[in-house]
Amino acid sequence: MLKRPLAFRGGIRLAHHKYESAHSPIASAPLPERLILPLRQSAGRAPEPIVREGDRVKKGDRIAAAEEWISASLHAPTSGTVRAIGPFPVAHPSGLSAPAIVIEADGADEWGEKTPLLDSPARSAANRAALSPEETQRFLQNMGVVGLGGAVFPSHVKLSRAPNTPLQTLIINGAECEPFITCDDRLMRERADDVISGTLFLRDLLEVKETLIAVENNKPEAADALRAALARADAAREIRDVAVMELPAIYPAGSIKQLIFALTGKRAPAHVLPTALGVQCFNAATVYCVWRAVAHGEPVTHRVVTLTGNVEHPGNMEVPLGMPMGQLLALARPRPETDACIVGGPMMGFLLTDERAPVVKGSNCLIARSDAFFPPLEPETSCIRCTSCAQVCPQGLQPYELYWWSRAKNSEKAARYQLMECIECGCCAYVCPAHIPLVQYFRFAKGEVRAAEKAQDMAARAKERFEFRQLRAEREKAERAEKLARAAALQAEKLALAAVTDTDSPANAQTPTTENAP
Amino acid sequence: MIPLSSPYLRRSNSTRRIMRLVLLSLLPGIAVYAALIGPALLIQILLASLAALGFEFAVFFLRKRPARAALTDHSALVSAWLIALTFPPLSPWWLTITGVFFAIVITKQLYGGLGQNPFNPAMVAFAVCIIAFPALMSQWPAMSLSLSLPEQLELIFGFAPRLDALTSATPLDVIKTVLQKTAGITHGTVQELLMSQNLYGTFAGRGWEWVATAYLVGGVFLLIMGVITWHVPLAFIASMTLIALVFWIIDPSRFSAPLFHLFSGGSMLGAFFIATDPVSGCATPRGKIIFGIGAGLLAYLIRVFGVFPDGIAFSILLMNLCAPLLDSMSQPAVFGSRPQVRVPGEKTP
Amino acid sequence: MDVLTAIAILTLGAALLGAALGFAAVHFRVEGNPLTEKIAALLPQTQCGQCGYPGCKPYAEAIAQGGADINLCAPGGEDGVRKIAELLGLEIKPLAEGAAQKPPAVARIVEDRCIGCTLCIQACPVDAIVGAAKQMHTVISSLCTGCELCLPPCPENCIEMLPVQETTENWAWRYPARVPALPPLALSPAASGENSC
Repeated sequence: MLKRPLAFRGGIRLAHHKYESAHSPIASAPLPERLILPLRQSAGRAPEPIVREGDRVKKGDRIAAAEEWISASLHAPTSGTVRAIGPFPVAHPSGLSAPAIVIEADGADEWGEKTPLLDSPARSAANRAALSPEETQRFLQNMGVVGLGGAVFPSHVKLSRAPNTPLQTLIINGAECEPFITCDDRLMRERADDVISGTLFLRDLLEVKETLIAVENNKPEAADALRAALARADAAREIRDVAVMELPAIYPAGSIKQLIFALTGKRAPAHVLPTALGVQCFNAATVYCVWRAVAHGEPVTHRVVTLTGNVEHPGNMEVPLGMPMGQLLALARPRPETDACIVGGPMMGFLLTDERAPVVKGSNCLIARSDAFFPPLEPETSCIRCTSCAQVCPQGLQPYELYWWSRAKNSEKAARYQLMECIECGCCAYVCPAHIPLVQYFRFAKGEVRAAEKAQDMAARAKERFEFRQLRAEREKAERAEKLARAAALQAEKLALAAVTDTDSPANAQTPTTENAP
Repeated sequence: MIPLSSPYLRRSNSTRRIMRLVLLSLLPGIAVYAALIGPALLIQILLASLAALGFEFAVFFLRKRPARAALTDHSALVSAWLIALTFPPLSPWWLTITGVFFAIVITKQLYGGLGQNPFNPAMVAFAVCIIAFPALMSQWPAMSLSLSLPEQLELIFGFAPRLDALTSATPLDVIKTVLQKTAGITHGTVQELLMSQNLYGTFAGRGWEWVATAYLVGGVFLLIMGVITWHVPLAFIASMTLIALVFWIIDPSRFSAPLFHLFSGGSMLGAFFIATDPVSGCATPRGKIIFGIGAGLLAYLIRVFGVFPDGIAFSILLMNLCAPLLDSMSQPAVFGSRPQVRVPGEKTP
Repeated sequence: MDVLTAIAILTLGAALLGAALGFAAVHFRVEGNPLTEKIAALLPQTQCGQCGYPGCKPYAEAIAQGGADINLCAPGGEDGVRKIAELLGLEIKPLAEGAAQKPPAVARIVEDRCIGCTLCIQACPVDAIVGAAKQMHTVISSLCTGCELCLPPCPENCIEMLPVQETTENWAWRYPARVPALPPLALSPAASGENSC
């Protein structure tokens, strides 16, 4: 069962910058006075608010409910009063605002009612029969559990089984391949038992053959902690099919397709979900949240955020969702020459545009930027097709071709070179000797492709509706014409009848005359 | 300035550094060549470099664009050095400058500058000059010829009549004349013939073998530094070896051995420094291999059966013509999918 | 003799190639869409009539029959003109005068001013307005193509066009600015005249 991790093509070795923030335990962030909770914290549809201004809420109370399947609920991270529901600045590369619920904390931090899924010995993780998968899925949706690795896809959706392919492998993604970020590392070290319990819970639910917990080999402490926790769980009941795997620290080892290949040798083609290959993947922090929810009834209200970069006190903090990022980063004491804040990792993150923007479920790291840590922008020069980008692309794309067409704003041609397969990992732009912001070109071109697809859809729908309307108009016209014709016919008939009676009457009149005639 | 879009990390590398590495790896070849032929080579390199920078500046000045980035990226110097190394070292100054003009102004800048030229600038310069001035471009001094610096300067810059006595047949010229003779009246193998004319050194053309070896060393350095990939040089060398081997086995009295071909003329320079030009060559791995094979085969065929003394320039220009098609037909598979042959313009399903 | 051989070879070659072409024509024949359908597929289907034809299909027919210029479709914009030009192998031209592309917008009925006259419902080419006589009408914004055909019939002038707002959901990355930007080439009319010589 234990295969050596396979090497995926491409990828780059980066300076880890993990030690700075990974050497101290997770601290608790102080409770801010106001928490701003954007409704959209997951992929899919944003949940609808179920509280109103002035409502009192307790910690863990649901404040917005998912109304569609691909959506997850939102909960109050502390007790307090709902102060406003409306647009607020959010952490988004656009710098735009989005609808949010604002809660004023009362400082008591008082829990509401906790209703764990595993609420009795009969309904325990070990007793599979007591739990239906559908019930678990609905429970996790109501608990707001989403992927905390960055894509924030609602976790309950990923528990549905593919129709024809039985699940074989469950992968717990603790690779955390981007430099600087250590929140999963610390979580796996300090709360390994919960991570393992969550892993075993999902393993039993999905009924997989093997479960692999992937950790990059630059986090030996996390791997050891997980192994120790696994051994403790093993002592309680025998576990043979779960293993901790150490991956070589090559970015982007944590990218889902690359990770699946490294651990199982399966290559996911374009537009194919991992489940179709019999593999499902969850982030380590997500698994932790799953366990906190099912075993303790705690919804996702906090997350661990790494504070690092050009700061005096790098480290990890457990932060209530909704805490303003500027306030949070200030706790790590940014040094004076800090000129920006990167949200997420340095390879795929984005710049914070408003320091009031709050921490959301997907925020894993805040990096204080300075020229000492990150090279300043250099002017873009001509591409000489050196193909460094193609050599490092983990998706096997030809970024220089994509660049050529994206730069010419010919997104159709770029799409033909498989633009939409780009995972925006940034390897190409990292190595580019011409300093071309390749990822931004690709993001732009992807936006154009999506806009064109949307316009195409809109046009098709408009055409359909227009044609239907014309059809209807014609039908109505025909019906009206028919009605008119029928009315006319009726009229004519009536007239004819009248005429007949008219002609009849003299005839009738005549008849007697004729009758009378003899 | 802060980059707008991720990644915020960047490897410290630049086009300038790449070009500098190419120049650096040409130094061993230049050193050996200059030691054998005299300081004329260095004068030609200086001349070509100055001309290249001058032409670049002139083009940017006329286009009213800032010239600084172009002048400092060293790409013009690479073209200039390659011209100086492929032209006869005692060619008159105006010939070198004409070559540089065609390389920089016509081939490179008129097509849009760095990264846009479909043909290798230095090879266009060579092709244009050998067609326009075939006699001058064939005047190669003998390796044993030792001229003083003033004499060399006089030949390059002076109005002195050019002495045919100075030029001698290069080993490649000899094998061509051998081929043109009818079979049966040759005296032993090509190697023996070359030896009889004192043109054969230790393992290939006398003197030239060491220049080629130095290029090989520089080329391996480029490979190690990751500036070029193994595909083109390996395919080039392998294909040239193979075709030379076939002909050599058929008739050693008319065709020379593979080793001789690899270490004569511009083979090594072509394999490592010219066919690997990323701008005008292929970019996909399979495309690079086909490019290298084609360039090696054509170089041999033109060199042995054609009218020109060496075939490197024409073989590379011909392959430059094919490069866009080869690239689009050899697109590698995207992760997870099967490799597909893509015909340009055709929609992928 | 040589002449005869040459003629024979050429004849044979011509026959072979002809046969190959004939074979290809029969076996690889593509059942092509009629041109009108292809052009119609490139039009944005707003049915706005700004081109002067009563809908996208009539305009496509007019182009296909050669009666209409390809640059009349304002919602399609420059990009649409380019695509039609590519399809028909024509020169790309700028949009016709007066056919300026507007930013995308959807209609909205100011509801307290609506008198429920149904005139706009009758005008909407894609049935994107719902309502009944003497009842308030509403535009389904996800179906609205922004054609503005509902504006003129409204007796109360209570329909307004709202530009589509940018949100975090529909936002897309911008085209990277080349830094430092090349100074724009200031071509005076005289200079461009010289260029054309």
